[in-house]
Amino acid sequence: MTRYIIRRLLQGVPVLIIISMILFALMMNMGDPVAAMGGRTITRTADRERLKRQLGLDKPIYVQYLYWLVGNDWTKVDLNGDGVAETPGTRKGVLRGDFGTSLSIRGKSVVQVISERLPNTLLLMIAAEVFIILGALLIGVYSALRQYSLWDNVITAITFIFYSMPIFFIALLSMYLFGVLFKQWGLPYLPTVGMFDPQIGQTPGQVALHMVLPVLSIALISFAAYSRYVRSTMLEVMSQDYIRTARSKGLPRREIIFIHALKNASLPIVTVVGLDLPLLLGGAVVTERIFAWPGMGRLFLDQVGRADTPVVMGILMMIAVAVVVFQVITDIVYAWLDPRIRYGT
Amino acid sequence: MTTTTATPGPIAQLTHDVLEAPPLTLRDLAWRRFRRHKMALFGGITLILLVAYALVGTLIYPESYANHNDTGQALQAPSAAHPFGTDPIGRDVLARTIYGAQISLLIGLAAVTIETLAGILIGALAGYYGGWLDSVLMRFTEAMLIIPEIFLLIVMAKFFGNKIPDINLFGRIFSGSVIVIVVIIGLTSWMYLARIVRAEFLSLKENDFILAAHATGTPNLQIIIGHILPNSIAPIVVSATLGVANAILAEAYISFLGLGVQPPTATWGNMLDNANSYMDTAPWLWFFPGLLILLTVLSINFLGDGLRDALDPRSRTV
Amino acid sequence: MGTLLEVNNLKTRFHTPEGTVYAVNGISFKLDEGETLAVVGESGCGKSVTVMSLLRLIPIPPGEISSGNALYRGVDLLKLAEEDLEHIRGKEISMIFQDPMTSLNPVLTIGRQITESLRTHMGMNTEQASRRAIELLEWVGIPDSTRRLDNYPHQFSGGMRQRVMIAMSLACTPNILIADEPTTALDVTIQAQIIELVIQLREQVGMTMIWITHDLGVVAGLAERVIVMYAGFIVEEAIVDDLYEDPRHPYTLALLAALPRADRRRDRRLKSIPGAPPNLVVEPHGCPFAPRCERVIDRCMNENPVLTQVAANHKIACWIDVQTGAPR
Repeated sequence: MTRYIIRRLLQGVPVLIIISMILFALMMNMGDPVAAMGGRTITRTADRERLKRQLGLDKPIYVQYLYWLVGNDWTKVDLNGDGVAETPGTRKGVLRGDFGTSLSIRGKSVVQVISERLPNTLLLMIAAEVFIILGALLIGVYSALRQYSLWDNVITAITFIFYSMPIFFIALLSMYLFGVLFKQWGLPYLPTVGMFDPQIGQTPGQVALHMVLPVLSIALISFAAYSRYVRSTMLEVMSQDYIRTARSKGLPRREIIFIHALKNASLPIVTVVGLDLPLLLGGAVVTERIFAWPGMGRLFLDQVGRADTPVVMGILMMIAVAVVVFQVITDIVYAWLDPRIRYGT
Repeated sequence: MTTTTATPGPIAQLTHDVLEAPPLTLRDLAWRRFRRHKMALFGGITLILLVAYALVGTLIYPESYANHNDTGQALQAPSAAHPFGTDPIGRDVLARTIYGAQISLLIGLAAVTIETLAGILIGALAGYYGGWLDSVLMRFTEAMLIIPEIFLLIVMAKFFGNKIPDINLFGRIFSGSVIVIVVIIGLTSWMYLARIVRAEFLSLKENDFILAAHATGTPNLQIIIGHILPNSIAPIVVSATLGVANAILAEAYISFLGLGVQPPTATWGNMLDNANSYMDTAPWLWFFPGLLILLTVLSINFLGDGLRDALDPRSRTV
Repeated sequence: MGTLLEVNNLKTRFHTPEGTVYAVNGISFKLDEGETLAVVGESGCGKSVTVMSLLRLIPIPPGEISSGNALYRGVDLLKLAEEDLEHIRGKEISMIFQDPMTSLNPVLTIGRQITESLRTHMGMNTEQASRRAIELLEWVGIPDSTRRLDNYPHQFSGGMRQRVMIAMSLACTPNILIADEPTTALDVTIQAQIIELVIQLREQVGMTMIWITHDLGVVAGLAERVIVMYAGFIVEEAIVDDLYEDPRHPYTLALLAALPRADRRRDRRLKSIPGAPPNLVVEPHGCPFAPRCERVIDRCMNENPVLTQVAANHKIACWIDVQTGAPR
């Protein structure tokens, strides 16, 4: 079993290398990070050149990639511009866990920068995910059981609408309704900016309040898609022969739906959820921008704008690794849940 | 008992024809299913109306009007003169949504063309030839799939930046960024179709009629294009249809973030850029473009769902 | 020996986008205690739909039981409330289906699938139910039954799975067992074993059975009475021996004639029935077999013959006498 896991993970490695190369190449042409940073303090060409050498930006792209991957502490770097490499490098490279330092946020390592923002995103995304899964199960199962009824058609139409909405539209609508109009009408209203009110401070209550609208926006769209999927899976399961057998045995309806049907329907659903989970790490770029939520999505956007390669690569690789790992985890969970695989013939 | 099989008498023959309903062709069945799908009809009609909006609108409002800015008229609420209001520099929102419609729809179609061609090419090669080619192509596809689309779009948008100059076509000026957006959306969405096409090829190439084609010396290219591809047209059509919706959304997102189509060319997405600064003061700025995007994507989704039901009833509906 | 089940004029139809499918068009029969009734006919003749309608197992939209009644010990199954019907299903009337692989739930152990009936209908607790389940598995001839209780359906072979289904269906000692082509999906040798088993079990508990099949060979070894169905109608009903020796309906004759026989002359082609079964989307008018019948007369096209008695325990639905060809 362990060998299987290791083998699957290793299979992901070439893919990760490919993606890192593609992304690195793209990042390299983003623009000049040195020009984008610290404008006032670094005006002299000599200083800029020195900074470039320090950050290794004067080297050709494949060397930069190499240093990014495996570090440069095994070689010397030319810091004083005389063409002779004399100072040993300090970076260990990604393979040894060193993602480098941010080019635009001086003094902070990539890991630091990311770990400051990650919890905020996770807070939002996990809350949204819980609502999505619960809501989708409820609505999806209900819809499947009442196929073709009025409710089913209404729910279908509504889910299509939500599923077709651009997220900024939902976000702006909900902001307008619950933030602006409610305020105008004198009703209790929801905050629309940031994680907490700076005057009150970062209290759980404040954060929870500020979370409502962003989570709502994210959840509504995904939940629409998921509930359709749950519905179609349940429909397929309910039309199977073994459900007919269960009915012929006179089992109570509840038992048939929740044990006989749902257990089978949960297999593909678990797969879909498992493959979606790692994407939570990236946050919702647009949502975070609209609600000014200090998360991973905004970080990514900002840092791409500043051509901060180490941070951008750090975020992307983190997501990539998470996707690969979760693929393996999902496979394993599925194999464990499905007796046909777990106890093969 | 007689030992010869009697042919049915003339009366029997007649009733044979009457009792048996005429067989339905595949096309009949498909059309019936499609027609039943009222939502798909609604989608189709709405889409036609939207295209009319984009085309007919240009007859009513010339493009210069759409770009005409008059700061004295800035941020007016919807009125008779400006049914959708005006934007921060006084441009008429309605006119801009009309031209925005053109660009957004155009981008959707163009991007889908690219991604469909790319997806078919890669999927067909991988599925047909198999072996190391399949492995390499699939690794590459997986690599592209691992990163969420929005991140890829952001990175690529920044990469291509302002590298492409404005284009002058039919006497109108289009920002070069339109080409950029089309290309990057196409380059980040082909993977799903590639996998579907590959799966179709893998299963179809084992069929006897393909073996027969090989045996009679038909060249590979002809087999791919003439024999296998026509049989896998259904998922390709469905994917392309839904792909237009996805492309329009993708363009909207990337333009909303400011990295998409650049002014002066209007798209629904970039009309929303910075809209939240005016969220409470001028909701019409984001409401109408947003609503139009919703209607377009919704009708395409309905249409695609109906097509999927009609062409490929075995597939799962989402 | 009383009548356990009495079905009168059962009609079932399905409303599909392509039209209404008239699957069952006025079926009436009786089932006496202790007897085995076989229902024979080609695919699509309505035999499965008939029995599934009895237990209301057909999907109700698009299906519709449009008329008739099914009196089980005097109670009309078709009018019973769902909760009451649940008490009868699995407990008093049980069913086994054609494909044991798809008819068993792949993610539940067979132990669970057997014990759930026991717990629901007989009020047993888990331990009692498990012990009974082990007994049942042994009874149907599955070795190592204690361990097998925790196995899943895919871990059994086809024949074994069907034995499991039989065990499941007999768990609560039902009064009637309905078997819907249980051996069609199995190997011929396994088929023989299963039929052997069923005969054995029947002797042990004196079961009443309805056995659906399209295989006339199976009927001979198993049933006492036979119903022959065509296009949703019963065309002949007789005691097994009478059916084989003295078939009176043209369709039955044609079916028997189509059987390959070892004592036939080798150079003769197999005799098939010309034409095809009728399209059930058209409302039936006249005798359904008329278009394919060798002895058809005008009356057959316009009037559907009613099932009438022609000899002791022998009914047919036909306008002519099959031996002479003359109208009756």
